[in-house]
Amino acid sequence: MNEGAPDPGLYDYIPYRGRPKIVWPGGKTVAVWVAPNLEYYEIDPPSHHSRKAWARPHPDVVGYSHRDHSNRVSHWRMAEVMSKHGFPGSVSLSVALCQHHPAVVADGVSRGWEFFSHGIYNTRYAYGMDEAQERAIIADSIRTVEDATGQRIRGWLAPALTHTPRTLDLIAEMGLEYTCDLYHDDQVQEVKVAPNARGGRLASIPYSLEVNDHYGFFVYNMSGREYADTLVRQFERLAEEGEASGTVMCIPLHAYLIGQPHRIGPFEEALRHIAGDGRAWIARAGEIVDAWRAQQ
Amino acid sequence: MTLDRAYLEYPKRRHGYDHTLYPWSNLNDRPPVVWPNGSVAVWVCVSLEWFPITPADRPFRAPGHMQTVYPDYRHYTARDYGNRVGAWRLLDAFAKVEAKASFATNAAVAERYPELLCAMIEGGHEVIAHSTDMNGTIDSSLPEAEERALIGDALGRLKACGISPTGWLSIARSQSWRTLELLREAGLTYCCDWVNDELPYRFTNNLIDMPLNHELSDRQMITIQQQSVDTWAQSLEDAFDWLVGEAAREGGGRMLPIHVTPYIMGLPYRIAAFERLLARLAARPEAWFARGDEIVTSWAAQNPTLGLNQEGNRPQEDGAVDA
Repeated sequence: MNEGAPDPGLYDYIPYRGRPKIVWPGGKTVAVWVAPNLEYYEIDPPSHHSRKAWARPHPDVVGYSHRDHSNRVSHWRMAEVMSKHGFPGSVSLSVALCQHHPAVVADGVSRGWEFFSHGIYNTRYAYGMDEAQERAIIADSIRTVEDATGQRIRGWLAPALTHTPRTLDLIAEMGLEYTCDLYHDDQVQEVKVAPNARGGRLASIPYSLEVNDHYGFFVYNMSGREYADTLVRQFERLAEEGEASGTVMCIPLHAYLIGQPHRIGPFEEALRHIAGDGRAWIARAGEIVDAWRAQQ
Repeated sequence: MTLDRAYLEYPKRRHGYDHTLYPWSNLNDRPPVVWPNGSVAVWVCVSLEWFPITPADRPFRAPGHMQTVYPDYRHYTARDYGNRVGAWRLLDAFAKVEAKASFATNAAVAERYPELLCAMIEGGHEVIAHSTDMNGTIDSSLPEAEERALIGDALGRLKACGISPTGWLSIARSQSWRTLELLREAGLTYCCDWVNDELPYRFTNNLIDMPLNHELSDRQMITIQQQSVDTWAQSLEDAFDWLVGEAAREGGGRMLPIHVTPYIMGLPYRIAAFERLLARLAARPEAWFARGDEIVTSWAAQNPTLGLNQEGNRPQEDGAVDA
C-alpha cells in the first residue's frame, strides 16, 4: 500500500457496469462460499498498546465462555448443517486452535474444508508489529496449518482484522494468493502489492462484514429469522446480477453465534434455499480464486 | 509503537485450554444424558434484583442500574416494579402450567419482600443465591477477602430467611479468578455463570456449571437487541424445536434455559406472550420443566465424579490439567 497517502492504493477503480464477463463452472451465476471462523481467544492475553482484548477484567467470563461455546457445542452443530446441504467450509483459523482443540480442526479436515489463517489467536493483534514479527506470524501460520491438516494455506484474514501497512505485500511475497480483508467489491479483484521475487500476486475475494453473522446479530441486532432472510436476499440479488458477470457471495460465520439453538434452524432454511436454487456454484475460497484467475 | 518480543511468545499454546479452570470436552461425544421426563429440560430462571438508589461503581455498575443524577426515581422504581408486580405475574404464569422454576434472588429481596419469598417457596420453586443486592458485583479487581465476605454475606442473609441454596448466579455472570474456588468453599454445588455449554459440566474443583444462556435472555434480546417479545418467544420456540430434533438424532437429553427478568418480562404488554410460550412448551411431550437444582441432581447422578471419563473425555488427552 502507499503508506501514509490518503489513498492507500490497494486497487484500481473498476466500475461495476460493463466489466468483462466472469463465468463460473457449470454456468452458475454466483459463487457461494461459507467461511466459518474457527477461533481461539485467550482467557488472559498480554496487553496490547492499541487494543484491549476483553471489555471486562480477566477472566471476562461471558466474553470468553461465549466464544468457547464454539469449541464445545456449536462447531459440530454448524458443520453438520453445512455438510447436510453440501456447503464445504473455507476456514478462517486461529492457528493455535490446532494445538488447543485439534478435534475441531480435524472435524473440518474430515469434511474436506479448506483452511486459511486468521492469525495465531484472535486476541493477538498485528498493529505495531515490525516486519520480522509479521513475517513470523505468517510463517507460523503456514507451518502450523501444514502440520495439522497437510494443507498449505493460500489465504489470510488478519487476526481480529488488525493489519499493518506491510501485511498484504508480505502475504503475497510468502506465497499466499488471496486476502479476505478488503470489502470494496462483489467480485474477485486484483490487489496491488509490491513486486516480489517470486512474482506472487494477490486476489481479494469478497468476504463480508455486512452479512457476517457477527454484524447480523450484534451490529444490526437481527433475530435468527431476520438474518436467514438477509442471506436469502443477498443471494437472490447476486445470483441475478451474476448472469452478466459472475459474482461472489460469502457467508462468514462464528459457531458460537450461528450455532445457538434459536438461530441454527432458520440458518439451515437459508442454506436449503441457496442449495436448491440452481444458480449457486458452492465452492471453497481457493477454487473461486483459481476460476477467477484463469479468466484474467 | 512497536511490540515487545514477548507479544509473540505463547507460553500456554498447548493441548487443552489456556487455563485449568475446567477440562475440554465436546457435547456430542459425551455419554448421552437421560432426563426423568422428556428429552429437553426447560429451565426457567428468574432474576430477582434490588437496585439500591445509591449505585456502586466498584467493581462495576450492574446492568440495569441507576442512570440519572441522584435521586434516580425513574430507574429505582421501574426496577422495583419487577418485585412488586412483575414477579407475581410470573408466579401466576408458572402456576397456570404447573411449572417449577428457579429464582436467582438477591439476599436483599428475600429480606425485604418476605411475601414474595413465601410465594416462591409455596409454589415449589428454587431459590438460587444471587449476591447481596445489585451493588454486589464481582470481578478480579475485588480483593479476595471482600469477595469471600460478599459471598458469605449473601448466603448468610438467605439462610437467616430460611433458605440454603445450592446454586449461585453472579451479577452479569461476572466472576474473578477466585470465584469458582470461593463458591466451592462456601459449600455451593453449582453456578450459572459460564455460557460455554448447553449441559451441566464440572469445573476442575468439582463445582458444577449450569450454563444459563445469556443469548436467550429477555435482557439480551428485548432490552439490548430491542426485539419485540413476540420475536423473543419465537426465538425460544425455534430453539426448543431444534433441541428436540437434536435430542432425537443424538439420543441424549438437551436443555433450554429461559432467563427472564420481572421488570422486563413481567410488564402488562409482554406477559401474555410469555404465558403463550409456556403453554406451547408445556403441551409438548418432549419438555421437562425443571428447576436448576433438579437438572443438576439428575445430571450429577449420571456423571458422578470428576475423574476418568467424567464427561466421556479422555483426560490424558485433554491437556487442561497439566498447567
